[in-house]
Amino acid sequence: MKHVNAIVIGAGAGGGIVAKQLATAGLSVVLLERGPWYTAADCRKDDLRNQRTTVLGNAFGPEDEGNPRVLYDASGQVRTVLPSEGGYQNNAACVGGGTLSYGAMAWRYMPQDFRMRSTYGAPQGSSLEDWPISYDDLESFYDQAEYEIGISGDYSPTPFHSPRKRPLPMPPIPPNREFEILEPAARRLGLHPFPIPMARNSVPYNGRGPCMRCRWCVGFACEVDAKNGSQNTVIPAALASGNCELRTGCMAKEVQIDEHGRATGVAYFDEHKHLQTQTADIVIVSACAIESARLLLNSKSKLFPNGLGNRFDQVGRNLQGHHYTGAIGFFEHETYDDAGPGASIAVMDYNHGTPGLRGGGAICNEFIRLPIQMVDRMPPGTARWGLKHKQAMRQYFKRNIAVMGPTQQIPSADARITLDPTVKDKWGLPVARISGNVHPHTFDIGEVQSHRAEAWLKEAGAIATSRFAGRPTMVSSGQHQAGTCRMGNDPHSSVVNRHCQLHDVDNVFVIDSSVHVTNGGFNPALTIMAVAYYASESLVSNWKGTRFRS
Amino acid sequence: MSSKDNAVSRRAFVALTALGGTLTAAGCGPQAQDAWEFLTSDQARTLKAVCDTLIPEDDYPSASQLGVLTYIDRQLARHYRRHRDSYRDGLAAIDNLSRKLYGHDMAALNASQQAELIEQFERDQRKTFELFRSHTLEGYYGAPRHGGNRDATSWKMLQLDEPPLRGRAQYNPRKEGDA
Repeated sequence: MKHVNAIVIGAGAGGGIVAKQLATAGLSVVLLERGPWYTAADCRKDDLRNQRTTVLGNAFGPEDEGNPRVLYDASGQVRTVLPSEGGYQNNAACVGGGTLSYGAMAWRYMPQDFRMRSTYGAPQGSSLEDWPISYDDLESFYDQAEYEIGISGDYSPTPFHSPRKRPLPMPPIPPNREFEILEPAARRLGLHPFPIPMARNSVPYNGRGPCMRCRWCVGFACEVDAKNGSQNTVIPAALASGNCELRTGCMAKEVQIDEHGRATGVAYFDEHKHLQTQTADIVIVSACAIESARLLLNSKSKLFPNGLGNRFDQVGRNLQGHHYTGAIGFFEHETYDDAGPGASIAVMDYNHGTPGLRGGGAICNEFIRLPIQMVDRMPPGTARWGLKHKQAMRQYFKRNIAVMGPTQQIPSADARITLDPTVKDKWGLPVARISGNVHPHTFDIGEVQSHRAEAWLKEAGAIATSRFAGRPTMVSSGQHQAGTCRMGNDPHSSVVNRHCQLHDVDNVFVIDSSVHVTNGGFNPALTIMAVAYYASESLVSNWKGTRFRS
Repeated sequence: MSSKDNAVSRRAFVALTALGGTLTAAGCGPQAQDAWEFLTSDQARTLKAVCDTLIPEDDYPSASQLGVLTYIDRQLARHYRRHRDSYRDGLAAIDNLSRKLYGHDMAALNASQQAELIEQFERDQRKTFELFRSHTLEGYYGAPRHGGNRDATSWKMLQLDEPPLRGRAQYNPRKEGDA
């Protein structure tokens, strides 16, 4: 197999951008993706089989067959979980990764989100830390992501938005009915509501048309290709450069290391399950937080017997995502207008600055609830089955609004990925074992956030509300999974340096949510993208200077 | 390459055949009990009583009237193979409980007895009850392609446009205007 300059493992939010940036800079790139490349013909509106409602499986992978993980919960119970089951903490396995089927909220984190320890101090038992880079380091790369991927929205109504040099490239999608109900209520409460920034075309952009506002959005691929992910932006651009080869159906087995401690390439199983070796000058791991950590841990060699980059037992630690809390409000009048994507309005008044709380998060209205997603979202005391439940479905399906948000989690070193000693996947590779939990202060913040969501709904005229704020016993990371290969200056407490380069091996990089030190009070996709542009730039300039050869 | 194409078309052929078979069975009406892929006719009779207790008929159809049994049976032969024991044991347990309390199988009880029975079952066997409840709601409110929610009737009950005209109505004029 022909030697290449770079292998990128994982064609998701991070990997797609890295592949494009390296390929257009003139490096030869192989982009490995374990899943397939779906087309418009796969954009099936199946309420029971998608990435959000997975009762009949994940539409965009991984398949239930042969891809288990193991959960180790707080009570010490161990159980094997399937990708479509809760607890698996799944992200899609396909070209585009999560960005093919995500809800596509595209937030910038706030300056404080990169300085959580300095801002609040680390509570005992937590691993709260500052990023080694600042918001200012990322600002121009956020801008690049917003313009290359294509983001619609308008931050101007909120004074809390992060400093920026120009507006978003597209105006927001016009308000739906929930927006019109919630907006004046938020203003009456003294809040600053604004339209959610979305990686979704509101007007023709990048050669594709605007959102047609159907009800099947989050969890689904877009029928008209108006939702912007790496699969319809940077990956086609990478391929068009002539320098990038995308290999789908390919599962990385390990990063290979020579006797000098440098990576020589990647061993992977191709689509026929044949073991292949691709040599390269640089290896970039972009498989998302759980799978990136697993790949490094599975990459054992004489010099790194406990896994690549894991000399100080840091790979896989600090697993985090977001702690979602909020409330559902029930109304006398109709709130539903069947205009997707549904999620439309947010406040970021509560992300920081509440005395006694170390952070917070955005609060937004929810995406359209499909009927099957409504069956357990009834006013308190509603019958769970029988005629009364059926009547309640009719009464409330079009008369409810859900308001919730991603509380920023306070990380803990104990929430982690390790390799399960016995369970293997269909390739015979040890699977990820997920254990531990984030710091409990997270749940105190989530509790306060849920009361805020409820107050907003009451102000908007809800006649009944149902608040939800759990204290889960397992880390909740899911599609927002992050943190497992922490970025930092100290090799004893982090895995990669400020350039996403392994402390231990100078030609291996991790460029995805794994490097997030903390995960903001927002959906992480745009930050993954901004970090990918940022890290790609230093990678390319380093390549041109030293070519990564010692 | 050609062997791969053949494999795909074979799969497509099998899928079409299976679909045709199911449509035929559905066309035969509720008498066609032998058409179940997993359930025995006795299990189907009890499950029908369970599903229709969970979602009874009012101005809109009951669970079984919208094909919820077809949905569950089909999935027990596919994605829910892992739940087969829960159905075998759970349905038997419901009829045992029914005979103990009322002297008859569940299907022979009146609606209020059936509701009492399911309340008792919900208390006794929470996990299996939740499985039956979830699957019944999925079959009733989920996508019609899986055998339940016949003609998208539950969506129409919720006054959702079906087919969903609104999105396309907003989208197409712009496209046509461009053309």
